[in-house]
Amino acid sequence: MATDKPLTKNIEIGRAPFNFKQYEAAGGYESVRKVVTMAPGDVVNLVKDAGLGGRGGAGFNTGLKWSFVPAPDGGPRYLVINGDEMEPGTFKDRLLIEHDPHLLIEGMITTCFALQAQTGYIFLRGEYTVCEERLLSAISEAYENGMLGRNILGSGFDLDIYLHTSAGRYICGEETALINALEGKRANPRAKPPFPQVSGLWGRPTVVNNVETICNIPGIVANGVEWYQGLGLGDFVGTRMSGVSGRVKNPGCWEVPVGITFRQLLEDYAGGMQDGYELKAFLPGGGSTDFLMPEHLDLPMDPGAVQKAGSRLGTSLIMVLDDKTCPVGCIRNLIKFFAHESCGWCTPCRDGLPWTEHMLNKLEEGTGSMKDIEILQEMTTYMGPGNTFCALAPGAAEPLQSGLKYFRDEFEAHVKHGCSYNKH
Amino acid sequence: MVKITVDGKVLEVDESKNLLEEILSQGEDLPYFCWHPSMGSVGSCRQCAVIEYANDEDERGRLNMACMTAPREGARYSIEKAAKFRAQAIESIMINHPHDCPVCEEGGECHLQDMTVMSGHNYRRYDGKKKTHTNQYLGPFIGHEMNRCITCYRCVRFYKDYAGGTDFGPQASHDNTYFGRWQEGPLESEFSGNLAEVCPTGVFTDKPFSKHYVRKWDLQTAPSLCAGCSVGCNTNPGERYGTLRRVVNRFNDEVNGYFLCDRGRFGTGYVNSDERITVSMTRSAHDAAPHLASTDEARSQLQAMAANSIGIGSPRASLEANFALRELVGAENFYAGISTNELAMSRQILDIYRSRPVNIANIKDIEASDAVLILGEDVTNTAARLALALRQSVRNLGKKMARDMKFPEWQDAAIRQLTMDRKSPLYILSAHATRLDDIAARVKIGTAANSARLGFAIAHEIDSSAPAVNGLSADEKELVTTIASALKEASQPLIISGTGAMSQALIAAAANIATALNGADKKANLALVSAEANSMGLALLMESSDNSLDQAMASNAKAAIVLENDLYRRAPASSVDSFINGLDQLAVLDSLKTRTGEQANLVLAAGTFAETSGTFVNYEVRAQHYYSVFKPVDTIRSSAFWLSDKKLSELTQGCADSISGGAGIATLTPGEGFSVSGMKVPRQQHRYSGRTAMRANINVHEPKQEQDEEGILTYSMEGVSALKDATVFNTAWAGGWNSNQSVFKFQSHTGAALKQATKGHCLVENSVSEKTWSEVTDAEKVTGDFEVFPLYHLFGSEELTANTEAIKAKATSAYIAINEADASKLGLQASDGVSVEHNGAVPYIIRSSIAPGTVGIPVGLKGLNFRDLPAAISLQKATDWATPSEWHAANIIVSDKTSVNAENGGEA
Amino acid sequence: MNNLIASTAIKARQLTEEEIHEIEHEKTHYPYTQAVGLEALKIVQKYQGWVSDESLLAVSEYLDIAPDELEGVATFFNMIFRRPVGKNVILLCDSVACWMLGCDNLKEHISNTLGVDYGETTKDGLFTLIPVPCLGACDKAPVMMVGRETYTHLSTNKIDQIIAHIRDESPVELDN
Repeated sequence: MATDKPLTKNIEIGRAPFNFKQYEAAGGYESVRKVVTMAPGDVVNLVKDAGLGGRGGAGFNTGLKWSFVPAPDGGPRYLVINGDEMEPGTFKDRLLIEHDPHLLIEGMITTCFALQAQTGYIFLRGEYTVCEERLLSAISEAYENGMLGRNILGSGFDLDIYLHTSAGRYICGEETALINALEGKRANPRAKPPFPQVSGLWGRPTVVNNVETICNIPGIVANGVEWYQGLGLGDFVGTRMSGVSGRVKNPGCWEVPVGITFRQLLEDYAGGMQDGYELKAFLPGGGSTDFLMPEHLDLPMDPGAVQKAGSRLGTSLIMVLDDKTCPVGCIRNLIKFFAHESCGWCTPCRDGLPWTEHMLNKLEEGTGSMKDIEILQEMTTYMGPGNTFCALAPGAAEPLQSGLKYFRDEFEAHVKHGCSYNKH
Repeated sequence: MVKITVDGKVLEVDESKNLLEEILSQGEDLPYFCWHPSMGSVGSCRQCAVIEYANDEDERGRLNMACMTAPREGARYSIEKAAKFRAQAIESIMINHPHDCPVCEEGGECHLQDMTVMSGHNYRRYDGKKKTHTNQYLGPFIGHEMNRCITCYRCVRFYKDYAGGTDFGPQASHDNTYFGRWQEGPLESEFSGNLAEVCPTGVFTDKPFSKHYVRKWDLQTAPSLCAGCSVGCNTNPGERYGTLRRVVNRFNDEVNGYFLCDRGRFGTGYVNSDERITVSMTRSAHDAAPHLASTDEARSQLQAMAANSIGIGSPRASLEANFALRELVGAENFYAGISTNELAMSRQILDIYRSRPVNIANIKDIEASDAVLILGEDVTNTAARLALALRQSVRNLGKKMARDMKFPEWQDAAIRQLTMDRKSPLYILSAHATRLDDIAARVKIGTAANSARLGFAIAHEIDSSAPAVNGLSADEKELVTTIASALKEASQPLIISGTGAMSQALIAAAANIATALNGADKKANLALVSAEANSMGLALLMESSDNSLDQAMASNAKAAIVLENDLYRRAPASSVDSFINGLDQLAVLDSLKTRTGEQANLVLAAGTFAETSGTFVNYEVRAQHYYSVFKPVDTIRSSAFWLSDKKLSELTQGCADSISGGAGIATLTPGEGFSVSGMKVPRQQHRYSGRTAMRANINVHEPKQEQDEEGILTYSMEGVSALKDATVFNTAWAGGWNSNQSVFKFQSHTGAALKQATKGHCLVENSVSEKTWSEVTDAEKVTGDFEVFPLYHLFGSEELTANTEAIKAKATSAYIAINEADASKLGLQASDGVSVEHNGAVPYIIRSSIAPGTVGIPVGLKGLNFRDLPAAISLQKATDWATPSEWHAANIIVSDKTSVNAENGGEA
Repeated sequence: MNNLIASTAIKARQLTEEEIHEIEHEKTHYPYTQAVGLEALKIVQKYQGWVSDESLLAVSEYLDIAPDELEGVATFFNMIFRRPVGKNVILLCDSVACWMLGCDNLKEHISNTLGVDYGETTKDGLFTLIPVPCLGACDKAPVMMVGRETYTHLSTNKIDQIIAHIRDESPVELDN
């Protein structure tokens, strides 16, 4: 019987990750054996039908994304893995790579076959040194065992995988900026269209997928659509890495069926709030999502449901804001991060975020004014979706706009007294 | 074309363009920064926001950048509804911008000021500290004030993407993004000056202008031409208090578009130079004491000697001045003032343009060419603006790829990305590496004679009825076949050559290739660069005369009138010396002191291009008129005035009548009767300040306004400036648009030709279909150790501009360039000089591209006269030698590997 | 690339054999040299600690990439150091999860202990303190990296131990 935890079945914290032999013995590389017997287009359709949404934060149907790649024209095509995990509060890809690097490699091989891409790059966060070492060793094992290189499993399919470690910029998480970084350029995002599937890495068809997304592929290909869809609760599809950080008893990241509620994650997995702390609000999926409130705890952790509540599921790793932590300070911390990580390409992001940070600083220091709150409010629409070149500033605006919605009284209190919370 | 609705107004627009340029083209105002008509869209500044509605029911719409939007048939847009966002965008753009407009050179012609006003931002709510940056020294041309930067990326998109510069770029990120060099130092690009016009605010400014700065509205301006080379770029120079302050681009879609080279922009300081001849002088004999000659006296003396004089014309003087001299002395006594070879080459070009089935290429043609062969012409240094156009031509392959993939052409970054390093083929045959090698598919180093030989072979390869060349090596055959097939496959092939290599064979070979490419449905583009601003004009006057300078010097004349010409730059000094020594009378008309002028017994103070009007004929045989910008002191007159009693328009008409096919010359100005609302066009703006005060220290009475000799423009504020009418386009200015960006208000479509304005008139109308060929000429054998080839310097090789301070700072004195093996054969060591046979000693540099046994010698640089040299020379290590003070190796910017010893190479 | 004779007083450093070897290896991963440029800067930094002007010029000459191009990239990315750093670079996470769990206090503690603010290096050249965005170990916050090692569940005590171990070059063995 196929596992119900396809992403983490091999993971046991505290033990070294499986090497090639162990991984294979545990049923690994099955999808590669299967995929080479399939027609590439069928693999794309299979993944499309599975309904796997991208796990980088945007949630776009993975198979559909692949289907935009034009038919092969003899030139190179690329798969690029976005392992530049840098969204504040997000630590799932690190877990997957550190503890089961072969799963990613297997997913890449299968995906590359589907895309008929002969080169794959893993764009890994430079600070993930353990991931780097384990991936390098897994890649070289895969070569040694004929899973990479020329004529894989006698199929005639060739594939090379290279690891690229990032020199560090949040914006590299944006797929076109990532491509620029991989090309050795300044990582400004590119205009879309053209989408990378048409003109990506070095102007060639390119698919950029998140680590977790690709780790789902071996299971889907090996076990099929029905199995995959059955993993979720009710109508929800698949499993996903979800986690909690902040003042909870047992922070961490787990593979959970899609469809469990925030409350289940928070209480059943993370053990609830630490003693003496109350849940005030939470960011459902990284620093660039809108705050949700305790009344939202019973929502299922599904992109659609979260969107209806006015936020985004994002990376599905929730950050808990407790009652002893200043929401204005929290937002300031996030905005400071985004302002620093702005690539400097477009105006609202480059100049709007530092100005926003400045006003939040003033509020924290007790020199802010009601006018500043008014301007902050304005900033949330100014930097909103569609107004900027990429999604960085609109993401940054999310915690701010929901913060202003839910904690307006606290913002206003800051005008009179500055921050009255204890400093951490 | 598609129909769209913008704020209720139905517009018919071109769907292949972006919405921003279409909206602007309809005369609407929509603010922008990062977009540029020549550089396309990148969507970074977010200023040109509009609302786009999905359908008729859509009330909310979505915000889009007009520059990144392709107009859709039937779509509804609103400029108005995005006003709030645009106001927010400008407000955040401005948070770090200093309040230094009063001391900023951009003030009053600042695109940022205009857009700020247009976007409705006037009060800064941001109360934090402003970001500050350290500025860099970028050389003598460009000032740097990074604190004013609004991070629109236009500078790098011009400098790197458009002009191919590599020594400048963006640094750092977020709101700390910086635009500069990795280490401060002079910008290397020959087009750096355009940064001052491309930058929407005062980050990059015209440094020589800053030294004697005045506001745009205080400049007296007129439509003028660059006299720096044969391209004939259109300019708007500006004057105040009798000095020429600066030159800016004047748009002409067929000649220079939006851009100038740095020689043209920064090279006019000689007009204000101490080396100017400001009064006419006379003396009875060479050795007698000179005395001032009044205007009447000078003029009558000149007239008196004319009857027995020969006249020596000039390729840097106007058509009218040359014509007046010819009239004065009689055609049989009129000599071209250039060597026999140079005259022959100019006439050869005319003949080719007239008799071959080719298209004479303007910059639009060059930019549209999809395969290029450059034969022996160092375009970057002899006709720089064309080199910039060639950089665009190699992008045509990418543009085609983009078209095939249905990317719109304005998607600049996307197209560059798609294309990567793929380029349309460009081949260079040259005696040395050139600054276009980086975009070349192949570069073949060889002497002009050998390049010509290969050129003839390419022509034969394309069309076997062209004369063949024997004895090609296997490598040469391969190259010839490769180039021939690339040119043949191209839909718009271009051949570029010119007089730079001083080889008629090379020009003939170029003509044969272009001819060979002629087919049923295509004509090859051909551009033959000539030497100077009016080389082709002079050639037109010499069509039925072989009178060259060599013949003038052999004429045994006893009296000569030399028009704007330093004969020592044209012929060996010994020949000129003996010619002048044989003269009883020598009259020289010129604007600058020259070696020739020093020996004259009558010197007439002639106006420069900025102080006179006239016609230049460019490399395409395009006649263009330039208007005087200002009246110089009364003792300086135009050469035409000194030489003739006729009015300028009469002389122009005379040229039109006497030049074959020249009728168009008389149509270049709207004529004396021209008026706007019954008034003349003022050279000064309505805001021109201090007219009554500026002379108050001399006389409190305001003098009568100077009269204009042509009766079209006035030296005054009075009149109606060409606000919507570009007939006489003396400055780009429109309501709400004070910067040069306002030029779109005068264009038929954004980025396209000016409405009303003359583009000049091409005097050759080529409708030839029959192929004729030049015979393959065997190169004359040269004897000597080192075969000499000319090297050109954009800064220094041109006579007049070389007298400008800013140009001097980028120039060097003469030197020789040789191959490393030859240098070591000569035993050259650190700080050694090289003795050039009979010509003294100069420094040397080693250039990796130079072939053994050849030596590159710069033309026109101080310290060595190219014309003194035979075709081949011997070189020796100099003994007893000191490095010249004007030797600045750092100013020699080339594309091959060079080396020069530190002691040998002085600092710039 | 355009050469400007004697344009700069800065002379390229000789790349070491290891550096060249690794750069050559990276070349096999990418079809265009420009991509190797950024890799080469990282390689040089790995061996030299930072990217000096001389190193940048060396990479420029070795790969034939204009120094201005490399500078644009080097100054864009957070983890390329264009100024000298200490032997041990402390990357203290200051993002939101760590902030909520007290990284500001830890920063103050480190600054007081070492006498350096962000961006500064201790006088003995041992430590440079730099803030780093979210290190992806939020469940173990607060966290920091020193060199290639990540330290989690930080407290002032634990930081003191880490610094002490690094100072006397003994292995840091801590319960993460």
